[in-house]
Amino acid sequence: MDSILSMEMLLSTLRMAIPLVLASVGGTLCERSGIINLGIEGMMLSGAFGAVYGTYISGNPWIGVLFAILVGGLFGILHAVLCIRFKTNQSVSGIGINVFVSGLTIVLTRAVWKSDGMSGQVEKLPAVSIPGLKELPVIGTLFTEQSPYLFITAGIVLGAWFFMYRTKAGLRLRAIGDHPQAAQTVGINVSLYRYVAVTFCGMLCGLAGGYLSIVQSNLFVKEMVAGRGFMALAAMILGGWNPLGALCASLVFAFAQALRISLKVEIPNQLMLMLPYFITLFVLLFFGRKVKGPQAAGNIEE
Amino acid sequence: MKQKTVLHNLLLSLGAILCSLLIAAGVMLLVGYDPLEAYSALIEGAFGSKNAFANTLSKSIPLLFTGLAVAFANKGGIFNIGGEGQLYAGAMASTVTALMMQGAPRFLVIFCSFCAGMLAGACVGAIIGAAKIKLQVNEVVVAIMLNYIIQYFTSYIVTYPLKQEGAMTAQTVDIGANYMLTKLIPKTQLTTALLVAVAAAILLFFFFKKTRAGYHIRAVGENKSAAQAAGIPMMTTAILTMGISGALAGLAGTTEVFGKMGRFIDGFSPGFGFTGIAVAVLANNHPMGILLSALLFGILEAGSMKMSYSAGISTSMVNVIQGLVILFVATPNIIRLIKRKKGES
Repeated sequence: MDSILSMEMLLSTLRMAIPLVLASVGGTLCERSGIINLGIEGMMLSGAFGAVYGTYISGNPWIGVLFAILVGGLFGILHAVLCIRFKTNQSVSGIGINVFVSGLTIVLTRAVWKSDGMSGQVEKLPAVSIPGLKELPVIGTLFTEQSPYLFITAGIVLGAWFFMYRTKAGLRLRAIGDHPQAAQTVGINVSLYRYVAVTFCGMLCGLAGGYLSIVQSNLFVKEMVAGRGFMALAAMILGGWNPLGALCASLVFAFAQALRISLKVEIPNQLMLMLPYFITLFVLLFFGRKVKGPQAAGNIEE
Repeated sequence: MKQKTVLHNLLLSLGAILCSLLIAAGVMLLVGYDPLEAYSALIEGAFGSKNAFANTLSKSIPLLFTGLAVAFANKGGIFNIGGEGQLYAGAMASTVTALMMQGAPRFLVIFCSFCAGMLAGACVGAIIGAAKIKLQVNEVVVAIMLNYIIQYFTSYIVTYPLKQEGAMTAQTVDIGANYMLTKLIPKTQLTTALLVAVAAAILLFFFFKKTRAGYHIRAVGENKSAAQAAGIPMMTTAILTMGISGALAGLAGTTEVFGKMGRFIDGFSPGFGFTGIAVAVLANNHPMGILLSALLFGILEAGSMKMSYSAGISTSMVNVIQGLVILFVATPNIIRLIKRKKGES
């Protein structure tokens, strides 16, 4: 039991939280603009594939990360165009993207690597140490031989929070999610904000997917996102559509996972995997009136 | 007038299918496959022989049920994305019922198990409907959470307490060949479940046309505030809508157990609940249209093996097509735009 609060436990929690944090912060920005995104799962999967493919053709995992962001962003744009320009039902569009990407990545994996559901192995994104900071006592470990994703993610969470609550554009974004007509009336370009938010969400989801394939692993496996996209959606809701809240919720979910692995007690995996959804549902059903998302999410005004 | 809108919707759906097939062909060309070879193999796989066609029909059965489930809820203005959870709940409840009633007469076991499956699905659905009205929470979110909770919970049940001893996969023991549905064509998976599904579609058609409850549900779906002002009870209607929708999805799971697997197998659904959304949207929520759109998706599923075998494409190509159909059908404005552009030129 002594391992629960150890540095090792903290690190493994952080590692598991990274993809959830990135995707849930993306989802937060997206829904704050009034667009529901159920395609997070698919966008992450596209990023996971993009990262491996980019690394495969260039030999450089950083190009892989770039690919992941681009591919995710592409599906973000698709979702944005469908929802904003063509007024597609947002939930259906998200589901469509999930099904499409799930099929496409498998087809492409087979086309590129001639194998079913598994890519060849590629180089992993190397870990980095931050000179200076790594000499610090106790917290020095956080800066020694860690994935660059750790620092990128921390930066994105803080940046997203700062943007949403400390800038004029962020205030406008929040206003759009709650009262789009009012925002339109005072001359804010509502559609532009939405396009940017949804596309950025796609890019973050792609980035998150890349973490799964070229940091936690070194290849693409079909359906490797395995529900993390929806878990990120749960984190977004539990976090009250606030980047810092999404971070905390993701950490709670990740801690539960890390705990199961570190405790040598036999807890059925399924029950642990169920936990995030159970907590979120519980909170929704019993505190539902207090957990309110952007009021106009899901409705595109004519 | 009515006739005209039906025709219009049919044309929109056909346009969506055509666009999807074209783009999918483009994807195949880009990746270096021959789309003509692929599509002809797909057609042959789905219709090539009597057994192949029976297989196609049997593949469309679960999609018929989940499609009806989504359409039913849509008519009442609720988006039921929880079909996946409801069908797992239904499959588990019916399997457990059948396992507990071993030795009882065949008809009784099947009847009770089907009731249990429908009831389980209905309960899950009713929770979603009640939460939407009572707590004003988004039904989509509640449904997604329930999907995962139920999937993991049933997975737990068949991995631990109810696992068949010595089996490699997580599954329950066999419910017994005696309790399986009758096969319509021997040596295929086509069972009387098809008749149940078609009967359900016809029943729903008349339910909306002729009954008071059906009228209430449609009224709420078409104009919520007007329906509320007219004194239609919102809570009861939402629970009824989602209860019946859930029961239909529960039947999808039940008929998979009693028509094909003979037991509950962990994670048996390849996303029937989600494909049901495509089926319903493609049919514009019309019960009779769902017969056609479920068949279309059944054709894709059934033909995929042959396509993979002769053209070398992954069977998942059908997911690409399905995803495209969902996106196109949900976006009638694109098809309208293409039509208008053509009109101009």
